[in-house]
Amino acid sequence: MSDRPTPHTVSTPQESGPGALLYAPAPESRAVVSLRAAYGHFIDGEFTEPGEKTLVSVNPADEEKLAEVSVATEADLDRAVAAARRAYDGVWSRTSPSERGKYLYRISRIIQDRARELAVLESLDNGKPIKETRDVDIPLAAAHFFYYAGWADKLPFVSPGVPAPRPLGVAAQVIPWNFPLLMLAWKIAPALAAGNTVVLKPAETTPLTALAFAEICQEAELPPGVVNIVTGAGATGRALVAHPGVDKVAFTGSTEVGREIARTLAGTPKRATLELGGKGANIVYSDAAIDQAVEGIVTGIFFNQGHVCCAGSRLLVQESVAEEVMHRLKERVARLRLGDPLDKNTDIGAINSAAQLARIQDLAEAGRDEGGEQWSPPCELPSRGYWFAPTVFTGITQAHRIAREEIFGPVLSVLTFRTPEEAVEKANNTPYGLSAGIWTEKAGRIPWTANRLRAGVIWSNTFNKFDPTSPFGGYRESGYGREGGRHGLEAYLNG
Amino acid sequence: MADTATAPEPASTAPAPAPATAPAPVSRRLPVHKTYKLYLGGAFPRSESGRSIPVTSSDGAHLANAALASRKDARDAVVAARSAFGPWAARSAQLRGQILYRIAEMMEGRRAHFVQETVDAQGIDEAPAQDLVSAAIDRWVYYAGWTDKIAQVLGGGNPVSGPYENNSSPEPTGVVAVLAPQDSPLLGLVSVLAPVIAAGNTAVVVASERAPLPAVTLAEALATSDLPGGVVNILTGRTAELAPTLAAHADVNALDLAGAGDLATQLETAAAATLTRVLRPEPFPDWHALPGLARITPFLETKTVWQTVGR
Repeated sequence: MSDRPTPHTVSTPQESGPGALLYAPAPESRAVVSLRAAYGHFIDGEFTEPGEKTLVSVNPADEEKLAEVSVATEADLDRAVAAARRAYDGVWSRTSPSERGKYLYRISRIIQDRARELAVLESLDNGKPIKETRDVDIPLAAAHFFYYAGWADKLPFVSPGVPAPRPLGVAAQVIPWNFPLLMLAWKIAPALAAGNTVVLKPAETTPLTALAFAEICQEAELPPGVVNIVTGAGATGRALVAHPGVDKVAFTGSTEVGREIARTLAGTPKRATLELGGKGANIVYSDAAIDQAVEGIVTGIFFNQGHVCCAGSRLLVQESVAEEVMHRLKERVARLRLGDPLDKNTDIGAINSAAQLARIQDLAEAGRDEGGEQWSPPCELPSRGYWFAPTVFTGITQAHRIAREEIFGPVLSVLTFRTPEEAVEKANNTPYGLSAGIWTEKAGRIPWTANRLRAGVIWSNTFNKFDPTSPFGGYRESGYGREGGRHGLEAYLNG
Repeated sequence: MADTATAPEPASTAPAPAPATAPAPVSRRLPVHKTYKLYLGGAFPRSESGRSIPVTSSDGAHLANAALASRKDARDAVVAARSAFGPWAARSAQLRGQILYRIAEMMEGRRAHFVQETVDAQGIDEAPAQDLVSAAIDRWVYYAGWTDKIAQVLGGGNPVSGPYENNSSPEPTGVVAVLAPQDSPLLGLVSVLAPVIAAGNTAVVVASERAPLPAVTLAEALATSDLPGGVVNILTGRTAELAPTLAAHADVNALDLAGAGDLATQLETAAAATLTRVLRPEPFPDWHALPGLARITPFLETKTVWQTVGR
């Protein structure tokens, strides 16, 4: 114990026992990232001078300032939307589809070229482990551009019965902080492939990879105005969505904001794609391969610190194996390594912001107050930054707040069931409908369960997998529209 | 309520000649008029409110009294539609198609009745009314053929990286509240209703406010077509009274605003509270045009299932 080499990683009793694994620190260098002190917006192909009003983007792992970004004024938004409109009318809609596709291929390649830099920058700005940005966020972002690049000259094949689809025009896109560059790719790649131009606003706490992406657009020689990036907080997003110059709104974020956007768009001709919250059920049947299921439970709720709309935040475990699953789950969670996001051994990074940490703490307190039993492994949290230990709540019923509300953090609520019917009933007992998981070795049980779950993405014997070809999106209050695959393009085309 | 005995009846038979012997009995047969009720959960109840509303032809003649549905009726209709949803969605796609085809058969058998109601409601001659009824019947046939093709046309495998099978398939979104077009009481109604149930949803329909009688007669065809009770529920009454309840109802998954008129923005705003899917009204709908998938896809969800591949 005493010779543990780094303050960033957390010791657990298991690691100190005989045969325990000791990890030397393996930090990724941040030298590959160079940041400006302050950023303006990216409008019409150029960075503007930093504005008067700014936000500070901090590293949530140590609360150090990374850079200042500007808060868009109404005039900034007007200019961005006007630039997007000019580019749409004058350039992008007149660019041949195959050439449009080639710009997207270029972008995909440059993301791959700069993958290391983007992974480190994302990890710094977001707090997520470098192994996730390196292996998931950045490769998938590049893959999305590569996938949609190929669609640009095949649009007559997108919707059956629609031989000559037309783009919508200017898309306003507002994205969250949990997968900053990946969500940007999910938004921009299909929009551009379909022939739209965009004004995108990244989240206020994670704007930096979007600004790096603006440089990539320049490097790809994308015509000015096709992609515009404006920064700011909620008010900026609200104004962008409501801007009369946009034809399409795509939003990923909370259900609460999604409702507000749907209200704002009522009575307008604007179309919307809303990818909102979730309270995914991860169903473990008694015949599941328990060790695999435990890995899936861990991936389901602790991947990306649980900052995942499709997280498996409700574990539904069949009563007959509940004790065994909980025992092995706790053993496994105790071996997770929480600490420096840039360390390649880190499993759990920092909570993205002080505000999010407060929300997680509030809901955990509600879980305790309502009689839930809270468990976390022995876990020393770093003294600076925003941290929350991986947490499992047992003794939870469907009425508990932590079984109903999206926590968006590393907090698992465990419920049990006896019959498959009860599992489905409980899984569907939520206003959300984004994701679910099924763990069983019984072949027929997978489609039986999947057919009955009211959720847009269902993983069986795996969890939290994503692919550019795979449509993603929810039922009910998890929003509407799909992103990814052929379906994702339909949201950016008129029939 | 006013008696409906004053409604004009077609003088199809000449009065019988008076018998030679007096006194002459009153021999003209009194026709049996239909009571126009709601269609709710497979039954034909009156409004729970006990209210009705006189319905007149396009030139103002009294035709019948229709039930004036209340907000409670609307909520009951949602309950009926919700309980019918699971079993209807689970029926085989081809069986749903056969039931929709059966609706066309039943309408054909009542053609004369539909034609007369269309003439009365729209003030048109019989020939165009015949065309409208034919188009309405054929629309059921069109959608009957869609039920077992939607999944193949819109779904399929996704070639994801990694050891996974990945398939997307369309599923019905659930309970759909349909505000039927106001000025096309039969063809418009069928055009908005058929795609909703063809896709496996269940429906709560608010019939054309001014001309609700064809909707009730359609309900009689639905009730004799092996369509399970509750799959379609038809309310007659005031759109402005019923629609806000349906739009804001948390157990309504989608809203077709075809007949919403000036209420459209207000209803879309109300629907936002529970992220209800909204199909906005078209400014100038052509109910004769071949509809394609345009009225099916707004009421579908896409479900994507990943399965791990392994030995």
